[in-house]
Amino acid sequence: MPVPLLEVDDMRVHFPTDDGLVKAVDGITFSIAPGETLGIVGESGSGKSVSSLTIMGLLDRKRTQISGRVLFRGQDLLELPDDEMRTIRGAKISMIFQDPMTSLHPYYKVGAQIAEAIIHHRDASKKEAMNQAVEMLGKVNIPQPRDRANQYPHEFSGGMRQRAMIAMALALNPDLLIADEPTTALDVTVQAQILELIDSLKSEFNAAVMIVTHDLGVVAEYCDTIQVMYAGKIVEYGRTDDIYYRPHHPYTWGLLGSIPHLGDDSDRLNPIKGLPPSLINVPSGCAFRPRCPYAFERCSIDVPPLIPTDGFHADACHLSLQDKDRIANEEVLSTS
Amino acid sequence: MGRYLIRRVLFGVLVLFVISMLTFLIFMKLPAGDPARRLAGRQPTPEILDQIRENYGLNDSFLTQYWRFARGLIPLPGFFLNEEIYYSWANRQAVKGEIAEAFQYTAVLTAGAVVLWLAIGIPIGILSALKRRSIADRAAMTFALVGVSFPTFWLGYLLIFAFYYKLGWAPPTGVEIGDGPIETALKGKYLLAWITLAVTSAAFYTRVVRGNMLETLSEDYIRTARAKGLSDRRVTYKHAFRASVTPVVTMLGLDMAGLLAGAVITEQVFVLPGLGRYAIRALEGQDFPPVMAVTLLAALFIVVANLVVDVIYAALDPRVRYT
Repeated sequence: MPVPLLEVDDMRVHFPTDDGLVKAVDGITFSIAPGETLGIVGESGSGKSVSSLTIMGLLDRKRTQISGRVLFRGQDLLELPDDEMRTIRGAKISMIFQDPMTSLHPYYKVGAQIAEAIIHHRDASKKEAMNQAVEMLGKVNIPQPRDRANQYPHEFSGGMRQRAMIAMALALNPDLLIADEPTTALDVTVQAQILELIDSLKSEFNAAVMIVTHDLGVVAEYCDTIQVMYAGKIVEYGRTDDIYYRPHHPYTWGLLGSIPHLGDDSDRLNPIKGLPPSLINVPSGCAFRPRCPYAFERCSIDVPPLIPTDGFHADACHLSLQDKDRIANEEVLSTS
Repeated sequence: MGRYLIRRVLFGVLVLFVISMLTFLIFMKLPAGDPARRLAGRQPTPEILDQIRENYGLNDSFLTQYWRFARGLIPLPGFFLNEEIYYSWANRQAVKGEIAEAFQYTAVLTAGAVVLWLAIGIPIGILSALKRRSIADRAAMTFALVGVSFPTFWLGYLLIFAFYYKLGWAPPTGVEIGDGPIETALKGKYLLAWITLAVTSAAFYTRVVRGNMLETLSEDYIRTARAKGLSDRRVTYKHAFRASVTPVVTMLGLDMAGLLAGAVITEQVFVLPGLGRYAIRALEGQDFPPVMAVTLLAALFIVVANLVVDVIYAALDPRVRYT
């Protein structure tokens, strides 16, 4: 196994609120190798976005309790003082966000917004930075990049804005790109283009990518490994093939079952029943238990640990491996 | 943009026309305000009233009378506030000269107050937003609430009482004979008036700037700016500041127009011979020519301010375009 680029070790992110402590992320451990693409999948409120914001150091530390370690090239980002973190943020680790319509500043030209980061981190002259910004816009397939750089975000379409965000994020050749729901706000036709673009630029810039999404279908093609999050914990991880062809956790089954398939005869989707739990009063035992059709007594007593089963593949469920394989084959994979 | 401006100017002219017509109706044609009775003094004989009506052209047709005043509002030399019509019925002074002089006092009052309240309101609003829920924020918001709640006449007299009467730090109110507005300002006589206006307005601006700033700081593009690795200072003062102060331009334009048209109460309290006091005097005496001139001037300020504010806003916010 190659030396990891990023190692997250037992990271916990808790928000104290008037109603109690919100355990948005509750002890997750994972790593990303250089050049790897990791997909983090889960419903809203599963802690996936909070995880990425924590790695970026974008949460208000005064109002958050963060523990654990986030090692980037061996350096703990959670221990770094603000000014040192700023030299990494945007240069070594950069991020693109869910909503490109609101993620660019409406008052500044797109080119200037990209150039700003270059000037800031590289001490480049305005002109050099601008030229580089134009070059980046060309790389993300924006036609007439020199003219476009002189336009304001409102003159761009949604897909183009997300391209511009990608150009901004990759302008400094980062080692890690975090994409938080990069396609959720876009048209279906544009979604594939954006993912395709991230994938091709990733090879060109030799960056690792962490894609956060709620849509297991979207990331299948582009991810090397996938981890599934539920209620602030990782409930299953593995190589993409493991997750798609040998899924072990009932929550993963639910996610796979809710992807509509072409040629599917049934006229209904199969959503996971119920709602994600409150992160203040997480159910005892397994957090997914109230929504799980396979739950038995033990599930309400013990928290299932994340146990590796076959190679780089682990899940947190009390069902026996035979049962998991049987149910996965008979009830989940056969329908899709 | 060109066509937009032409349309807006024409509309402004229409507004001014309607206002001049209404002012004329109210002061010359409504039963309460028979100008002849006003002019004649106590217990006039019918002969005197007839004589006055004849002299002042009050027997002419409605339109003739209206036109006599309206043409004096056309901003062309020879027409504009021509002295045959636009003189005070009370003291026979030409309105043009009196307004020009009064306006200078009001302009100095407005300029000083605006500078002061922006200098107080914007920084406090921003700091308050950045230090949200801190003691400083709560103190600033208390100041804002108290400041907004102060009536200007009360605060004005309070300041005069404290700083002139009790402490003797401020000069007495009133303009000394021979002094223009600048000399008056240099003698410190505007100071308390500026503070009075500034406190009440700054309080409001503080709240607005704080609110805008808090809203802006939670915008996605601020998160993007931070994700670029920019310093907090740059994020706050470049990215957030611009977006949260732009809406203030609109407020400022209209507030300034309102003040220039006459800070009536403040001028009254501090005995400053500005447009506000001039207007009050004219209204009390139902002195029609000055009333007409002052009313239209005030309306003109508001119309122009609205237009200017919209044009500036379009220049500041690239999303706004007029066609």
